[in-house]
Amino acid sequence: MSKPITIKFSDASLAEIHKIMSRYPEGKHKSALLPVLHIAQAEFDGWLSAETMDLVASVLKIQSIEVYEVASFYSMFHLAPVGNCVFDVCRTSSCWARGADDIIKHIGKRLNIKPGETTEDGMFTLKAVECLGSCGTAPMLQCGASFHENLTPEKVDALIESYKAEGKRKSYTDRDYKNTL
Amino acid sequence: MGKKLLIQDDKVPGIHTLEVYRQRGGYASVEKAVKTMTPEAIVEEVKKSGLRGRGGAGFPTGMKWSFLAKPEGVARYLVCNADESEPGTFKDRYLMEKIPHLLIEGMITSSFALGAKTSYIYIRGEYFYVARILEAAIDEAYAAGYLGKNILGTDYSLDLYVQVGAGAYICGEETALLESLEGKRGNPRIKPPFPAIAGLYGCPTVVNNVETIAAVVPIINMGGDEYAKIGVGKSTGTKLISASGHINNPGVYEIELGLPVEEFIYSNEYCGGIWKNKKMKAVVAGGSSVPILPTDLILKTAKGEPRLMSYESLSDGGFVSGSMLGSGGFIVYDEDTSIPMNLYTFNRFYHHESCGQCSPCREGTGWMEKIAHRIVEGHGKPTDVDLLWDIQKRIEGNTICPLGDAAAWPVASAIRHFRHEFEALIPKTAVAH
Ligand SMILES: Cc1cc2nc3c(=O)[nH]c(=O)nc-3n(C[C@H](O)[C@H](O)[C@H](O)COP(=O)(O)O)c2cc1C
Ligand code: SF4
Ligand code: FES
Repeated sequence: MSKPITIKFSDASLAEIHKIMSRYPEGKHKSALLPVLHIAQAEFDGWLSAETMDLVASVLKIQSIEVYEVASFYSMFHLAPVGNCVFDVCRTSSCWARGADDIIKHIGKRLNIKPGETTEDGMFTLKAVECLGSCGTAPMLQCGASFHENLTPEKVDALIESYKAEGKRKSYTDRDYKNTL
Repeated sequence: MGKKLLIQDDKVPGIHTLEVYRQRGGYASVEKAVKTMTPEAIVEEVKKSGLRGRGGAGFPTGMKWSFLAKPEGVARYLVCNADESEPGTFKDRYLMEKIPHLLIEGMITSSFALGAKTSYIYIRGEYFYVARILEAAIDEAYAAGYLGKNILGTDYSLDLYVQVGAGAYICGEETALLESLEGKRGNPRIKPPFPAIAGLYGCPTVVNNVETIAAVVPIINMGGDEYAKIGVGKSTGTKLISASGHINNPGVYEIELGLPVEEFIYSNEYCGGIWKNKKMKAVVAGGSSVPILPTDLILKTAKGEPRLMSYESLSDGGFVSGSMLGSGGFIVYDEDTSIPMNLYTFNRFYHHESCGQCSPCREGTGWMEKIAHRIVEGHGKPTDVDLLWDIQKRIEGNTICPLGDAAAWPVASAIRHFRHEFEALIPKTAVAH
């Protein structure tokens, strides 16, 4: 049995969730699961705890296990805490060919972490990921909704500084994305 | 200069807005379709156009549409595949970001042709910001009467929604996509039944790539016969090519099918040649899944004919000396590229992306990653290249979905054409066992 749920969605999120649920035919509201998990992840500290997933299950009126099995399948859902800014750095062929490994190393040195790790202050998580559809502007990284492309070590340094100065959690669902070419 | 039918207005300021898009002739195909044509007539035009699916497999779109079952009283769906996760491919993103109304217009005209009353655009989660752009454009289209109840005063009504994924290449496979859209893990379904009979929610469904649906717009505007005159042979029309790697001008290019590969690579209108004045070593012509070809074979077929950017020419020679047009993800590698290391990035990718349902794919991709890794790290064994070859052969054709083949082909082709590079990395002192 799952524990009682002590968290709840904001009114704005609930309104959005209900709007999303109306997009599918009668009885097919489970289709809302991925979009709702994105909203939940953004609202509850950037990751999906068991309690957050239970909340999603109760809102969608499905079993918790149906939520766990989906959340664990998709790489954008974090099942453990992450930093405010998750740097998803692509390392597949086109990015690799134009220096992605050096970019990953550079970020790692700057932040003093390895791929998969989070800085002590909880500000940054570094991830090495696969192709993000920016192969023509390689190397690149994604942070929240923003794409940062044609990266150089200097650009990376500037990015880290600006994210630090902003000091905010970044989510894939952010509306104020700031792509940089 | 080849013809352009899709992204010719990509640099027009404000083209992402309905107002500017309409000034440039946008939504004419919807007017024409819903007011003056029957759904059957539209399918007929698409058949005549010779349009082939732009998502990778190249299946004739009109034929696919005509397979759609139409049982009385059952909903039908059109689902746009905007998952775009094949390494080397970024054309759909470009099209949707720059000219979102082109996809929406294509969705309306195509949905009308198929009798769909609700349609979805399934877009990869990483493209969240593109989903926002599409949603803003959809709102404009509703306000202008192109979507919603009684489109342009006709009996036809359509709702269009954007559904966001969450990071899984396999969700580009059409049945995995439908599972994901139903709120499940992206495990491909066993076929048959095909989506045309039982797709989304068990209802007849057509899944088409972004570019395929966009191409319906010029086809309806100019007529299928006119469209079929563009291109070469059975490769009709234009194609968006995502060009990346060691070239001077990476980017998205719309080409008329039949353009010589050599011109595409070296002309300043397109890739602009190899960066840093280096020589070219190899090309992956259609996304990571298609066979890699060395310079001589990408520029000319084994018969010595110039290789063209077309379905037929790129596959000339089969997998012995040819490749595929695929998704149009064109990756160029310079003379200093390590082909084994590049292959390793692909092996890692497919292992990460295998959904794990079939043992040849789940285990095989893991083994290939591991072996390629020890080869590039200099710990390979003398038997490893043969072992890699053996594993890829055992995956190919033995899986539920084509991801298994897609993981096998890059391995086979890299060994076929660049075996010496793998062998050179195996320490001379290594013992076989
Ligand atoms: C592993 C795998 C990934 C795929 N990814 C995509 C994709 O990202 N986009 C796409 O349009 N088709 C993709 N496809 C092809 C689709 O299954 C399907 O054939 C296509 O969406 C049909 O559209 P089309 O006929 O318009 O090309 C993929 C296929 C496989 C096996
Ligand atoms: S081939 Fe691979 S990705 Fe496709 S269904 Fe089998 S295990 Fe999943
Ligand atoms: S290979 Fe890095 S974005 Fe495609």
